[in-house]
Amino acid sequence: MGIISSGFHGKRRTDNPALPPGQYETASFPVLTAGPAPYIATADWEFFITTETGQRRAWTWDEFLALPQVDIRTDIHCVTSWSKLGTSWRGVSLDTLFEDMETTSEFTTAHSYGGYTTNVPLQDLLDGQAWVAWEFDGEPLERAHGGPARLLVPHLYFWKSAKWINGIELMPHDVPGFWESNGYHIYGDPWREERYS
Amino acid sequence: MSTLWRAADVVSGVPETESSRTIGLRVDGLNGNLAGQHIDIRLTADDGYTAVRSYSVATAGMDEILEITVDELTNGEVSPYLVRDLMVGDQLEIRGPVGGWFVWRPTDPNPVQLIAGGSGIVPLMSMIRAHEASENPSQFRLLYSLKSPEAGFYREELLTLSQESPKLTVDYFYTRKVPEGWPSPPKRLTAETLLANILQADVAPDIFICGQTMFVETVTEWLVRAGYPTASIKTERFGGTGGIR
Repeated sequence: MGIISSGFHGKRRTDNPALPPGQYETASFPVLTAGPAPYIATADWEFFITTETGQRRAWTWDEFLALPQVDIRTDIHCVTSWSKLGTSWRGVSLDTLFEDMETTSEFTTAHSYGGYTTNVPLQDLLDGQAWVAWEFDGEPLERAHGGPARLLVPHLYFWKSAKWINGIELMPHDVPGFWESNGYHIYGDPWREERYS
Repeated sequence: MSTLWRAADVVSGVPETESSRTIGLRVDGLNGNLAGQHIDIRLTADDGYTAVRSYSVATAGMDEILEITVDELTNGEVSPYLVRDLMVGDQLEIRGPVGGWFVWRPTDPNPVQLIAGGSGIVPLMSMIRAHEASENPSQFRLLYSLKSPEAGFYREELLTLSQESPKLTVDYFYTRKVPEGWPSPPKRLTAETLLANILQADVAPDIFICGQTMFVETVTEWLVRAGYPTASIKTERFGGTGGIR
Protein backbone atom coordinates (compact mmCIF):
# COMPACT_ATOMS: atom_id res chain seq x y z
CA MET A 1 0.00 0.00 0.00
CA GLY A 2 3.06 2.16 0.28
CA ILE A 3 2.43 3.95 3.56
CA ILE A 4 5.81 5.05 4.80
CA SER A 5 6.36 5.94 8.43
CA SER A 6 9.04 8.56 8.20
CA GLY A 7 11.18 8.40 11.28
CA PHE A 8 10.62 4.67 11.71
CA HIS A 9 13.86 2.79 11.17
CA GLY A 10 13.32 -0.55 12.86
CA LYS A 11 15.94 -2.96 14.00
CA ARG A 12 16.48 -4.86 10.76
CA ARG A 13 16.03 -8.22 12.31
CA THR A 14 14.36 -9.72 9.27
CA ASP A 15 17.40 -9.89 6.99
CA ASN A 16 17.75 -13.52 8.05
CA PRO A 17 16.60 -15.80 5.18
CA ALA A 18 15.50 -18.37 7.76
CA LEU A 19 12.71 -16.01 8.82
CA PRO A 20 9.37 -16.29 7.00
CA PRO A 21 7.68 -13.02 6.00
CA GLY A 22 6.49 -10.89 8.89
CA GLN A 23 8.38 -12.88 11.52
CA TYR A 24 11.05 -11.67 13.93
CA GLU A 25 13.56 -13.77 15.78
CA THR A 26 13.35 -14.28 19.52
CA ALA A 27 15.79 -16.01 21.81
CA SER A 28 13.22 -16.76 24.48
CA PHE A 29 10.40 -19.26 24.19
CA PRO A 30 7.08 -17.49 24.66
CA VAL A 31 4.11 -19.46 25.92
CA LEU A 32 0.84 -19.06 24.09
CA THR A 33 -2.12 -21.06 25.23
CA ALA A 34 -5.82 -20.36 25.25
CA GLY A 35 -6.45 -21.54 28.79
CA PRO A 36 -4.98 -23.41 31.73
CA ALA A 37 -2.27 -26.00 31.14
CA PRO A 38 -3.54 -29.48 32.03
CA TYR A 39 -1.63 -31.83 34.33
CA ILE A 40 -0.98 -35.24 32.81
CA ALA A 41 1.10 -37.78 34.71
CA THR A 42 3.13 -39.99 32.41
CA ALA A 43 1.57 -43.00 34.20
CA ASP A 44 -1.81 -41.87 32.86
CA TRP A 45 -0.58 -40.71 29.48
CA GLU A 46 -1.29 -42.47 26.23
CA PHE A 47 -0.98 -41.62 22.59
CA PHE A 48 -3.56 -43.01 20.18
CA ILE A 49 -4.23 -43.10 16.47
CA THR A 50 -7.70 -43.94 15.19
CA THR A 51 -8.83 -44.47 11.61
CA GLU A 52 -12.13 -44.03 9.81
CA THR A 53 -12.73 -47.81 9.99
CA GLY A 54 -12.41 -47.89 13.75
CA GLN A 55 -8.88 -49.26 13.87
CA ARG A 56 -7.19 -47.94 17.02
CA ARG A 57 -3.60 -48.14 18.11
CA ALA A 58 -2.37 -46.75 21.40
CA TRP A 59 0.92 -46.51 23.24
CA THR A 60 1.56 -46.06 26.93
CA TRP A 61 4.37 -43.73 28.01
CA ASP A 62 6.79 -46.66 28.42
CA GLU A 63 5.80 -48.17 25.08
CA PHE A 64 6.22 -44.78 23.46
CA LEU A 65 9.71 -44.34 24.92
CA ALA A 66 10.64 -47.81 23.65
CA LEU A 67 10.03 -46.70 20.05
CA PRO A 68 12.95 -45.41 17.96
CA GLN A 69 13.79 -41.88 19.17
CA VAL A 70 15.14 -39.17 16.93
CA ASP A 71 16.76 -35.81 17.54
CA ILE A 72 15.24 -32.92 15.67
CA ARG A 73 16.79 -29.53 15.05
CA THR A 74 14.35 -27.11 13.53
CA ASP A 75 13.06 -23.54 13.35
CA ILE A 76 9.64 -22.82 14.79
CA HIS A 77 7.31 -20.01 13.76
CA CYS A 78 4.46 -18.67 15.88
CA VAL A 79 1.52 -16.91 14.25
CA THR A 80 2.00 -14.02 16.70
CA SER A 81 5.17 -13.17 14.70
CA TRP A 82 8.01 -14.63 16.73
CA SER A 83 10.28 -17.28 15.33
CA LYS A 84 12.82 -19.31 17.26
CA LEU A 85 15.64 -20.67 15.15
CA GLY A 86 17.57 -23.88 15.62
CA THR A 87 15.51 -25.41 18.43
CA SER A 88 16.42 -28.92 19.62
CA TRP A 89 13.86 -31.61 20.28
CA ARG A 90 13.73 -35.35 20.83
CA GLY A 91 10.78 -37.56 20.04
CA VAL A 92 9.19 -40.18 17.85
CA SER A 93 8.57 -39.65 14.16
CA LEU A 94 4.95 -39.91 13.11
CA ASP A 95 6.20 -42.17 10.30
CA THR A 96 7.04 -44.68 13.05
CA LEU A 97 3.68 -44.25 14.75
CA PHE A 98 1.71 -44.56 11.51
CA GLU A 99 3.69 -47.59 10.28
CA ASP A 100 0.98 -50.22 10.70
CA MET A 101 -2.04 -48.01 10.18
CA GLU A 102 -4.18 -48.41 7.07
CA THR A 103 -6.30 -45.51 5.95
CA THR A 104 -7.76 -43.79 2.94
CA SER A 105 -8.26 -40.56 4.90
CA GLU A 106 -6.35 -37.48 3.79
CA PHE A 107 -6.88 -35.36 6.90
CA THR A 108 -6.34 -35.59 10.62
CA THR A 109 -7.47 -33.96 13.81
CA ALA A 110 -4.91 -33.85 16.59
CA HIS A 111 -6.51 -34.12 20.04
CA SER A 112 -4.90 -32.76 23.19
CA TYR A 113 -5.50 -33.38 26.84
CA GLY A 114 -7.64 -30.46 27.94
CA GLY A 115 -9.75 -30.55 24.78
CA TYR A 116 -7.65 -28.58 22.28
CA THR A 117 -7.85 -29.74 18.69
CA THR A 118 -6.08 -28.77 15.48
CA ASN A 119 -6.44 -30.08 11.95
CA VAL A 120 -3.47 -31.11 9.81
CA PRO A 121 -3.51 -32.86 6.42
CA LEU A 122 -2.10 -36.38 6.75
CA GLN A 123 0.60 -35.74 4.16
CA ASP A 124 1.97 -32.95 6.38
CA LEU A 125 2.49 -35.43 9.20
CA LEU A 126 4.44 -38.02 7.19
CA ASP A 127 7.81 -38.26 5.44
CA GLY A 128 9.93 -36.89 8.25
CA GLN A 129 7.90 -33.71 8.76
CA ALA A 130 6.29 -34.32 12.15
CA TRP A 131 7.02 -35.85 15.52
CA VAL A 132 5.60 -36.44 18.96
CA ALA A 133 8.26 -34.62 20.98
CA TRP A 134 8.89 -35.01 24.69
CA GLU A 135 12.30 -33.39 25.14
CA PHE A 136 13.30 -29.79 24.49
CA ASP A 137 16.93 -28.65 24.72
CA GLY A 138 17.86 -31.92 26.38
CA GLU A 139 15.29 -31.60 29.16
CA PRO A 140 11.85 -33.16 29.57
CA LEU A 141 9.31 -30.85 27.98
CA GLU A 142 7.88 -28.45 30.55
CA ARG A 143 4.16 -28.56 31.17
CA ALA A 144 3.74 -24.96 30.01
CA HIS A 145 5.24 -25.94 26.67
CA GLY A 146 3.07 -29.02 26.26
CA GLY A 147 4.68 -31.68 28.44
CA PRO A 148 4.71 -34.61 28.80
CA ALA A 149 4.60 -34.55 24.98
CA ARG A 150 3.48 -32.31 22.16
CA LEU A 151 2.99 -32.66 18.45
CA LEU A 152 5.79 -31.01 16.48
CA VAL A 153 4.94 -29.93 12.92
CA PRO A 154 7.48 -27.16 12.48
CA HIS A 155 6.82 -26.37 8.81
CA LEU A 156 3.40 -24.98 9.83
CA TYR A 157 2.64 -22.16 12.29
CA PHE A 158 3.22 -23.42 15.78
CA TRP A 159 -0.43 -23.59 16.87
CA LYS A 160 -0.52 -26.76 14.73
CA SER A 161 2.08 -28.32 17.03
CA ALA A 162 -0.54 -29.25 19.62
CA LYS A 163 0.62 -29.20 23.24
CA TRP A 164 -0.33 -32.04 25.62
CA ILE A 165 -0.94 -34.30 22.66
CA ASN A 166 -3.22 -37.26 23.30
CA GLY A 167 -3.82 -38.67 19.87
CA ILE A 168 -4.53 -38.29 16.19
CA GLU A 169 -7.83 -39.06 14.55
CA LEU A 170 -7.78 -39.74 10.83
CA MET A 171 -10.51 -37.80 9.10
CA PRO A 172 -12.10 -38.19 5.65
CA HIS A 173 -12.61 -34.40 5.51
CA ASP A 174 -10.72 -31.34 6.71
CA VAL A 175 -12.53 -30.19 9.86
CA PRO A 176 -11.34 -26.94 11.46
CA GLY A 177 -9.82 -27.33 14.92
CA PHE A 178 -9.86 -24.90 17.81
CA TRP A 179 -7.93 -21.90 16.48
CA GLU A 180 -9.03 -22.67 12.92
CA SER A 181 -12.62 -22.13 14.14
CA ASN A 182 -11.60 -18.90 15.87
CA GLY A 183 -10.26 -16.87 13.00
CA TYR A 184 -7.00 -18.60 12.13
CA HIS A 185 -6.07 -20.14 8.78
CA ILE A 186 -7.15 -23.69 7.96
CA TYR A 187 -3.62 -24.71 6.84
CA GLY A 188 -1.13 -22.21 8.30
CA ASP A 189 1.96 -22.11 6.07
CA PRO A 190 4.32 -19.45 7.51
CA TRP A 191 6.12 -18.98 4.21
CA ARG A 192 2.85 -17.95 2.59
CA GLU A 193 1.87 -16.03 5.72
CA GLU A 194 -1.35 -17.96 6.16
CA ARG A 195 -2.15 -16.47 9.55
CA TYR A 196 -5.84 -15.71 9.49
CA SER A 197 -8.84 -17.15 7.69
CA MET B 1 -12.12 -9.23 4.43
CA SER B 2 -10.57 -8.34 7.74
CA THR B 3 -7.28 -10.12 7.05
CA LEU B 4 -6.01 -7.77 4.35
CA TRP B 5 -3.73 -4.88 5.16
CA ARG B 6 -5.54 -1.58 5.04
CA ALA B 7 -4.77 2.00 5.77
CA ALA B 8 -5.61 3.54 9.11
CA ASP B 9 -5.56 7.25 9.94
CA VAL B 10 -4.20 8.23 13.30
CA VAL B 11 -6.94 10.41 14.75
CA SER B 12 -5.79 10.76 18.34
CA GLY B 13 -2.82 10.14 20.60
CA VAL B 14 -3.22 10.58 24.33
CA PRO B 15 -0.58 9.67 26.92
CA GLU B 16 -1.93 7.03 29.28
CA THR B 17 1.11 6.82 31.58
CA GLU B 18 4.71 7.98 31.32
CA SER B 19 5.53 5.10 29.01
CA SER B 20 2.30 4.44 27.21
CA ARG B 21 -0.14 6.07 24.89
CA THR B 22 -3.65 5.46 23.63
CA ILE B 23 -3.86 5.81 19.87
CA GLY B 24 -7.11 6.27 17.98
CA LEU B 25 -7.23 4.79 14.48
CA ARG B 26 -9.88 5.40 11.86
CA VAL B 27 -10.30 2.73 9.23
CA ASP B 28 -12.64 3.17 6.26
CA GLY B 29 -15.27 0.47 6.21
CA LEU B 30 -14.37 -0.90 9.61
CA ASN B 31 -17.53 -2.21 11.18
CA GLY B 32 -16.55 -2.14 14.83
CA ASN B 33 -14.81 -4.97 16.63
CA LEU B 34 -15.58 -7.59 19.23
CA ALA B 35 -14.44 -6.86 22.76
CA GLY B 36 -11.10 -8.59 23.32
CA GLN B 37 -9.91 -8.78 19.72
CA HIS B 38 -6.53 -7.59 18.51
CA ILE B 39 -5.12 -5.96 15.41
CA ASP B 40 -1.77 -6.27 13.71
CA ILE B 41 0.06 -3.06 12.94
CA ARG B 42 2.61 -2.83 10.15
CA LEU B 43 5.18 -0.05 9.97
CA THR B 44 7.23 0.53 6.84
CA ALA B 45 10.53 2.42 6.85
CA ASP B 46 11.44 4.62 3.89
CA ASP B 47 13.61 1.87 2.40
CA GLY B 48 10.76 -0.65 2.47
CA TYR B 49 11.75 -2.46 5.67
CA THR B 50 8.64 -3.52 7.58
CA ALA B 51 7.85 -4.66 11.12
CA VAL B 52 4.58 -6.11 12.37
CA ARG B 53 3.25 -6.37 15.92
CA SER B 54 -0.07 -7.31 17.49
CA TYR B 55 -1.94 -4.99 19.83
CA SER B 56 -5.16 -5.56 21.73
CA VAL B 57 -7.99 -3.18 20.99
CA ALA B 58 -9.15 -1.18 24.01
CA THR B 59 -12.51 -0.18 22.60
CA ALA B 60 -15.40 -2.12 21.11
CA GLY B 61 -18.02 -1.47 18.50
CA MET B 62 -17.14 2.14 17.65
CA ASP B 63 -17.81 1.69 13.92
CA GLU B 64 -14.84 3.09 11.99
CA ILE B 65 -12.68 4.02 14.95
CA LEU B 66 -10.81 1.84 17.36
CA GLU B 67 -8.24 2.60 20.03
CA ILE B 68 -5.17 0.70 21.13
CA THR B 69 -3.01 1.44 24.13
CA VAL B 70 0.67 0.78 23.54
CA ASP B 71 3.18 0.38 26.35
CA GLU B 72 6.74 1.23 25.37
CA LEU B 73 9.03 -1.77 25.73
CA THR B 74 12.66 -1.11 26.56
CA ASN B 75 14.60 -1.93 23.41
CA GLY B 76 11.34 -2.48 21.57
CA GLU B 77 11.30 -2.10 17.82
CA VAL B 78 7.76 -0.88 17.18
CA SER B 79 6.39 0.32 20.52
CA PRO B 80 8.83 3.26 21.01
CA TYR B 81 7.81 4.64 17.63
CA LEU B 82 4.11 4.28 18.37
CA VAL B 83 4.42 5.86 21.82
CA ARG B 84 6.91 8.64 21.02
CA ASP B 85 6.98 9.45 17.31
CA LEU B 86 3.67 8.67 15.65
CA MET B 87 1.56 11.80 15.12
CA VAL B 88 -2.09 12.57 14.60
CA GLY B 89 -2.64 12.76 10.85
CA ASP B 90 -0.11 10.01 10.11
CA GLN B 91 -1.18 6.81 8.47
CA LEU B 92 -0.15 3.25 9.13
CA GLU B 93 -1.39 -0.17 8.07
CA ILE B 94 -3.51 -2.54 10.09
CA ARG B 95 -4.80 -6.07 9.69
CA GLY B 96 -7.85 -7.26 11.54
CA PRO B 97 -9.50 -6.97 14.03
CA VAL B 98 -9.04 -10.70 14.55
CA GLY B 99 -9.72 -13.32 17.18
CA GLY B 100 -12.83 -15.23 18.16
CA TRP B 101 -11.73 -16.85 21.41
CA PHE B 102 -10.57 -14.27 23.91
CA VAL B 103 -13.69 -12.20 23.34
CA TRP B 104 -16.76 -11.16 25.28
CA ARG B 105 -20.09 -10.81 23.52
CA PRO B 106 -23.03 -8.78 24.87
CA THR B 107 -25.15 -11.94 24.56
CA ASP B 108 -22.91 -13.88 26.97
CA PRO B 109 -25.12 -14.67 29.98
CA ASN B 110 -22.59 -15.38 32.75
CA PRO B 111 -21.05 -13.04 35.29
CA VAL B 112 -17.50 -12.11 34.31
CA GLN B 113 -14.30 -11.93 36.35
CA LEU B 114 -11.50 -10.00 34.65
CA ILE B 115 -7.95 -10.29 35.97
CA ALA B 116 -5.36 -7.87 34.57
CA GLY B 117 -1.64 -7.65 35.19
CA GLY B 118 -0.19 -4.29 34.12
CA SER B 119 -0.86 -3.49 30.47
CA GLY B 120 -2.92 -6.69 30.26
CA ILE B 121 -5.83 -4.40 31.13
CA VAL B 122 -6.24 -3.36 27.47
CA PRO B 123 -8.44 -6.16 26.04
CA LEU B 124 -10.28 -6.38 29.37
CA MET B 125 -11.08 -2.67 29.18
CA SER B 126 -12.68 -3.26 25.81
CA MET B 127 -14.90 -5.88 27.47
CA ILE B 128 -15.80 -3.46 30.27
CA ARG B 129 -16.68 -0.77 27.75
CA ALA B 130 -18.74 -3.16 25.63
CA HIS B 131 -20.53 -4.37 28.76
CA GLU B 132 -21.28 -0.84 29.95
CA ALA B 133 -22.60 0.12 26.52
CA SER B 134 -24.87 -2.91 26.40
CA GLU B 135 -28.10 -3.87 28.12
CA ASN B 136 -26.36 -6.97 29.46
CA PRO B 137 -27.12 -6.95 33.20
CA SER B 138 -24.55 -9.55 34.32
CA GLN B 139 -22.03 -8.62 36.96
CA PHE B 140 -18.46 -7.72 35.95
CA ARG B 141 -15.62 -7.64 38.41
CA LEU B 142 -12.10 -6.48 37.58
CA LEU B 143 -8.99 -7.29 39.57
CA TYR B 144 -6.19 -5.03 38.36
CA SER B 145 -2.68 -5.77 39.59
CA LEU B 146 -0.25 -2.87 39.19
CA LYS B 147 3.24 -1.86 40.23
CA SER B 148 2.12 1.61 41.22
CA PRO B 149 -0.84 3.97 40.85
CA GLU B 150 1.05 5.86 38.14
CA ALA B 151 1.23 2.71 36.01
CA GLY B 152 -2.54 2.38 35.76
CA PHE B 153 -4.30 2.74 32.45
CA TYR B 154 -7.76 4.34 32.12
CA ARG B 155 -7.60 5.58 35.70
CA GLU B 156 -10.31 8.22 35.61
CA GLU B 157 -12.69 6.13 33.55
CA LEU B 158 -12.31 3.13 35.84
CA LEU B 159 -12.71 5.34 38.90
CA THR B 160 -15.90 6.84 37.53
CA LEU B 161 -17.28 3.49 36.44
CA SER B 162 -16.48 1.81 39.73
CA GLN B 163 -18.39 4.56 41.53
CA GLU B 164 -21.31 4.90 39.17
CA SER B 165 -21.87 1.59 37.43
CA PRO B 166 -24.18 -0.81 39.24
CA LYS B 167 -22.74 -3.76 37.35
CA LEU B 168 -18.98 -3.27 37.67
CA THR B 169 -16.69 -3.73 40.67
CA VAL B 170 -13.01 -2.78 40.46
CA ASP B 171 -10.32 -4.03 42.84
CA TYR B 172 -6.79 -2.65 42.60
CA PHE B 173 -3.66 -4.37 43.89
CA TYR B 174 -0.36 -2.55 44.13
CA THR B 175 2.84 -4.55 44.23
CA ARG B 176 5.49 -1.83 44.67
CA LYS B 177 3.85 1.45 45.55
CA VAL B 178 0.38 2.29 46.83
CA PRO B 179 -1.63 5.52 46.48
CA GLU B 180 -1.64 7.95 49.37
CA GLY B 181 -3.95 6.83 52.13
CA TRP B 182 -4.14 3.26 50.85
CA PRO B 183 -5.03 0.92 53.73
CA SER B 184 -2.17 -1.52 53.24
CA PRO B 185 1.46 -1.42 52.06
CA PRO B 186 2.45 -2.69 48.61
CA LYS B 187 2.85 -6.45 48.47
CA ARG B 188 2.95 -9.37 46.14
CA LEU B 189 -0.37 -10.71 45.02
CA THR B 190 -0.97 -14.05 46.71
CA ALA B 191 -3.42 -16.84 45.96
CA GLU B 192 -5.27 -16.08 49.18
CA THR B 193 -5.71 -12.39 48.39
CA LEU B 194 -6.68 -13.04 44.82
CA LEU B 195 -9.25 -15.68 45.68
CA ALA B 196 -10.79 -13.42 48.34
CA ASN B 197 -11.34 -10.63 45.83
CA ILE B 198 -12.89 -12.29 42.82
CA LEU B 199 -16.31 -13.71 41.97
CA GLN B 200 -16.65 -17.04 43.70
CA ALA B 201 -16.79 -20.30 41.76
CA ASP B 202 -20.40 -20.98 42.77
CA VAL B 203 -21.67 -18.10 40.60
CA ALA B 204 -19.91 -19.75 37.63
CA PRO B 205 -18.13 -16.70 36.23
CA ASP B 206 -16.45 -16.59 32.85
CA ILE B 207 -12.86 -15.61 33.63
CA PHE B 208 -10.53 -13.62 31.40
CA ILE B 209 -6.89 -13.23 32.44
CA CYS B 210 -4.38 -11.05 30.60
CA GLY B 211 -0.87 -10.00 31.52
CA GLN B 212 2.71 -11.12 31.22
CA THR B 213 3.29 -14.83 30.91
CA MET B 214 4.38 -15.47 34.50
CA PHE B 215 1.43 -13.51 35.88
CA VAL B 216 -1.04 -15.39 33.71
CA GLU B 217 0.48 -18.79 34.46
CA THR B 218 0.52 -18.18 38.18
CA VAL B 219 -2.99 -16.79 38.49
CA THR B 220 -4.39 -19.55 36.28
CA GLU B 221 -2.84 -22.22 38.50
CA TRP B 222 -4.36 -20.64 41.60
CA LEU B 223 -7.80 -20.60 40.02
CA VAL B 224 -7.62 -24.19 38.82
CA ARG B 225 -6.46 -25.40 42.23
CA ALA B 226 -9.29 -23.45 43.86
CA GLY B 227 -11.78 -25.37 41.77
CA TYR B 228 -12.66 -22.96 38.98
CA PRO B 229 -13.41 -25.14 35.93
CA THR B 230 -10.63 -24.95 33.34
CA ALA B 231 -13.24 -24.49 30.62
CA SER B 232 -14.34 -21.20 32.23
CA ILE B 233 -10.85 -19.64 32.09
CA LYS B 234 -9.56 -17.83 29.02
CA THR B 235 -6.06 -16.43 28.99
CA GLU B 236 -4.01 -14.09 26.88
CA ARG B 237 -0.32 -13.40 27.37
CA PHE B 238 1.17 -10.00 26.83
CA GLY B 239 4.65 -9.01 25.74
CA GLY B 240 5.19 -11.84 23.27
CA THR B 241 8.87 -12.37 23.85
CA GLY B 242 8.91 -12.16 27.63
CA GLY B 243 8.16 -15.81 28.20
CA ILE B 244 9.66 -18.39 30.48
CA ARG B 245 13.06 -19.92 29.66
